[in-house]
Amino acid sequence: MANEYKYIGKNYTTPDLVAKVTGKAKYAEDYRAEGMLFVKLLLSPMPHARVRSVDASAALALPGVKAILRASDFPAPPAPPTPPGGQAPPAPPLPPETALTDEPVYQGEPILAIAAVDENTAVEAIELIKVDYEPLPFSVDPIDSLRPNGANARTQGNVYTGAGPTLKVANVKWTDADFAEAKEGRLPMGEAPDTFVLGDIEEGFKKADLILDETLYSQSTGHQPLETRTAMAYWQGGKLFLHGSTQSVAQTVPNIARMVGLKPDEVVLISEFTGGGFGSKIPGSGSMAIPALLSKKLNGAPVMMRITREEEHYIGRARAGIFGRAKVGFRKDGRIVAMDFFTIQDNGPYNPQGDHRSAGSMATLQYQPETYRWRGISVLTNTPPRTSQRSPGGMQMNALLDPVMAQAAQKLGIDHVELLKINAPSGKASYGPIVPATKKQAYVTQANVREALDQGKVLFGWEEKKATAGQKRGTKVRGVGTAVGVYTAGSIGFDGLAIVRPDGKVEVHTGIGNLGTESVIDCQRVYAEVLDTPWEQFEIVWGNTAKGLPWTCVSAGSQTVHAMTRAAHAAATDLKTKLQEVAAKIRGGNPASYTVANGKVGSLTFAEVAKKAIELGGKYDGHEGPEDINVFTKNALKIVAGMGLVGVAKDTYKRDGNTHSFVAAFAEVEVDTETGAWRIVDYTSVADVGTVLHPRNLQGQTFGGSMLGMGHAISQRWVYDKQYGVCLARRFHHNKPPSIMDIPATIKWDATNIPDPETPVGARGIGEPPVGAGCGAVAAALVNALGAEAFRRYPMTPDLLLTSIESKTWQHDALVAHI
Amino acid sequence: MAVIHDMMPAFELFQPASLDDALGLLDRHGADAWVMAGGLDSFDWLKDRIRKPAVVVELGAIDGLRGVKAAGDGIEIGAMTTLTEVVTNPLVREKFGVLFQGAEAAASPQIRNQGTIGGNLSQDARCWYYRAGWSCYRAGGNVCYADTPTAVNREHAIFGADRCVAVNPSDTAPAMIALDAKMVIRSSKGERIVDAQDYFVGPGTDITRLTTLQPGELLTAIRIPGTWAGAEFYTEKVADRKVWDFPLVNIASAMKVNGSTIERARIVVNAVAAQPMRLEAVEQFVAGKPRNEETANAAGELAVRGAVPLAHNAYKIPLMRNLVKRAIRGGDNGWASTS
Repeated sequence: MANEYKYIGKNYTTPDLVAKVTGKAKYAEDYRAEGMLFVKLLLSPMPHARVRSVDASAALALPGVKAILRASDFPAPPAPPTPPGGQAPPAPPLPPETALTDEPVYQGEPILAIAAVDENTAVEAIELIKVDYEPLPFSVDPIDSLRPNGANARTQGNVYTGAGPTLKVANVKWTDADFAEAKEGRLPMGEAPDTFVLGDIEEGFKKADLILDETLYSQSTGHQPLETRTAMAYWQGGKLFLHGSTQSVAQTVPNIARMVGLKPDEVVLISEFTGGGFGSKIPGSGSMAIPALLSKKLNGAPVMMRITREEEHYIGRARAGIFGRAKVGFRKDGRIVAMDFFTIQDNGPYNPQGDHRSAGSMATLQYQPETYRWRGISVLTNTPPRTSQRSPGGMQMNALLDPVMAQAAQKLGIDHVELLKINAPSGKASYGPIVPATKKQAYVTQANVREALDQGKVLFGWEEKKATAGQKRGTKVRGVGTAVGVYTAGSIGFDGLAIVRPDGKVEVHTGIGNLGTESVIDCQRVYAEVLDTPWEQFEIVWGNTAKGLPWTCVSAGSQTVHAMTRAAHAAATDLKTKLQEVAAKIRGGNPASYTVANGKVGSLTFAEVAKKAIELGGKYDGHEGPEDINVFTKNALKIVAGMGLVGVAKDTYKRDGNTHSFVAAFAEVEVDTETGAWRIVDYTSVADVGTVLHPRNLQGQTFGGSMLGMGHAISQRWVYDKQYGVCLARRFHHNKPPSIMDIPATIKWDATNIPDPETPVGARGIGEPPVGAGCGAVAAALVNALGAEAFRRYPMTPDLLLTSIESKTWQHDALVAHI
Repeated sequence: MAVIHDMMPAFELFQPASLDDALGLLDRHGADAWVMAGGLDSFDWLKDRIRKPAVVVELGAIDGLRGVKAAGDGIEIGAMTTLTEVVTNPLVREKFGVLFQGAEAAASPQIRNQGTIGGNLSQDARCWYYRAGWSCYRAGGNVCYADTPTAVNREHAIFGADRCVAVNPSDTAPAMIALDAKMVIRSSKGERIVDAQDYFVGPGTDITRLTTLQPGELLTAIRIPGTWAGAEFYTEKVADRKVWDFPLVNIASAMKVNGSTIERARIVVNAVAAQPMRLEAVEQFVAGKPRNEETANAAGELAVRGAVPLAHNAYKIPLMRNLVKRAIRGGDNGWASTS
């Protein structure tokens, strides 16, 4: 592809935008159907209990109540496949989470659902239900659970050990001796089942001129998308139709099918607009099964389940909080010669979470320590289920380590930007544990972190701001900080599908979710580029699997822009080849001699060629397709076959390295030393994400991600009462995500715009790395302003800072979760 | 019976067009009636189904309860005047900047468009145990869940704990007391006028409510005398976020200064007790004193005498001390507000 793009890297208006800003966009909750019933949920009042019995007789006798759904109504999950010639995999250590349960493991977990003619009736029915609970031991704090007599969150134990086939839930208690250091607020470090080591850290620390040993707590936070996970379902012609909210349309289909006990081609998913997910709706939500199964019970009647904000708090997923302790050895020139990183992860009650492992791995990418050890323990708690939240582990790594780097810069007398540059990844930088197969670390496709730092330093005005940092005017002091966010940013091997219709339009089908990132549209600009045809000639079809959508990556881990520009490139190239071949069949000659440009193939219009393709059939109109495409795409091909000239292909482009993106961030903060109140005065970020696909969206994603990270530093939290194990901060205004008033009015940004050499379009994802950068840079700036003794936990609210300022050292408890 | 939230129960809605009609409805329905102004406090209770009134009397249609007008050398504000109207009113801005700033610090722009001055002053406690329906003292039970060894009480009281440690969260109450406002209360039996200071009650007086309003009574207007018009004012709210947040501590003061001498002052702090605290001892102490750092420091120390912190709110003591200090000191606290 030419280096000078016509569409890639240019601003334009996405076709869904007007609907979004005028309110015409239809989200799951906006659908209505004749005879639609409504669902309400009964939530567990206890953090851990067993349901002995349910008396729903009065509820079911209430006029207008149509059905009740219990955990026992869910189909048993299919057993994982046995590998050919191998043994059946062991049973998972904990029963899988289903949308309803008879053993609630967190307060707010849904026990049962009622469908009725309206919500008022359903609610009144819920209030008539008597549930007899047997309370079970619980723990809402991972450190409490590790104490010698700490309670276990699950009857099976409290800690995940092993991985893959050896994954177990064990009963792990640390000794009083392990907890000795906790009295001084330092993280206790007992037995930790997860670890990896690079080199000899003892030798590394011997080379260090400065060793810091810091404990910090990065909090758990709900994802809190503005659109809650509402879903509506009905059955028609033996198929389940589901209107839901998801980040990833194609990959949500098999997930729903599995939960409801269907084959993927028996599910039609409609999700044209999604009001945010941030990792909480990667393949939709488990709760989508509730209206689906209720509708099935009710002969396919449409069933709407509107999820309230409080319910969203409970079932809407959360980031795993991590207690971290980092011992870092620096040579006097700033190079990190040893890093010993210990993490205790708040796993929540269900699946093992990978955040702490990612944090351990991302630390090696960001700081490239000469020697390194990571140890981690993931503790089950009776708090809402965790899942990946934008930069899972990466964000916490920044939160736990960047304050240490800020302190080191001050103590070593090295500029903080220089300190980051000295330790920055470059080129095909290696990271993570030694990979058994290669006996080497994995490596990235490309890193230009130093370039991003240099660019940002100028844009931010680092030198000028640094000159006033630490100065006090009146009661206020300012500080500056910088951080680099790193994260995975691309997968490979997905499919593209598009049709040149007989009317001459190019209809691009995509299974990407419309989750607010606009990658659903932006990736398709590649078709315009490859076919050298005006964007106005393209129509994008998304958000309804009945229309035939290709197999697509999940929109998570910042994969989409990388994965789906590749798939688009493959399918567009297939389209181009077929256009040329069909043109040659009409006019004769060598297909390659036909130029595809401006909606024409040579002198033939796209319309003329499409009509001929339908006549020719076979591979030209989609009645035949390549063997290597996913079965999901093969099913889509059946739907679109005969509609025009069909391009369909799997991304088989080579890639050397694992795709990662980087963001360099710079923050200036101002703290009022008499109140502890503080604000972000200025902020700049520079993205190293390969080729810029759509500048305006890149800006939006960079801002949004930064803001999510800043929110972890400023105010976002949840709060649990330990004695009762229940949530206190159950309202949106208690959770305190940052508002638009909490960030500077203008934020500067830029991108390195250096094409990634390992992908045809050169573009990588942006979703995750700004999050950690936002949190890390702000935290580092606070350390710069107030010194290393200002805080030991997030968020850094005025009460914590004022107490530290008044007493000249931190006073708050760094070892308690959820306060 | 199972508990479910986030769904308003059915009730009979009345939207009277006159004050007399409203008072008549309150008389007729007695304890079954719930009075609703802007709804920001009410909807929380109703949606949680913790309060299930048979009747809701919504005051939005009563024109006479709305607006700001001149009254002698002061002003009168109808209780149903929105916070946005208070913030944008030229009389308020010109004469009583302390109220303007207090109202502008409340909630968010959207909430201020809907929330009323009467509602902001009369809102209930926001203690998250109480608001979640726990059967605490304030809710008629016999436990304070916010004052146990494991309770999370960062937002709670450092003064006046009496079985309950909830605080008054109002952003406008301190300004009203600082300005010596008079609260006009009507019932079918007539009108009574109380000083703003006496409008608010602590748990020792009545643990179930934060104001002196009795069933059947309505706050109809707030009269602000000209006494403190154009005085030197100070307001500050410290909160976790810059918007849509309740105060951790807030302060409002009015001060008459002659040269470098403080003639007299009224200083009020909120979110430290169940009622806004007028610091009369501090006011007496600073009267006649030179306005300097020494007076400010001593005033701050005096203000927090007797404070008793809970497990998570000891920070409120230095915070309140420093805010009082700043109110005496006045002026700007450092860097300009823009970068």
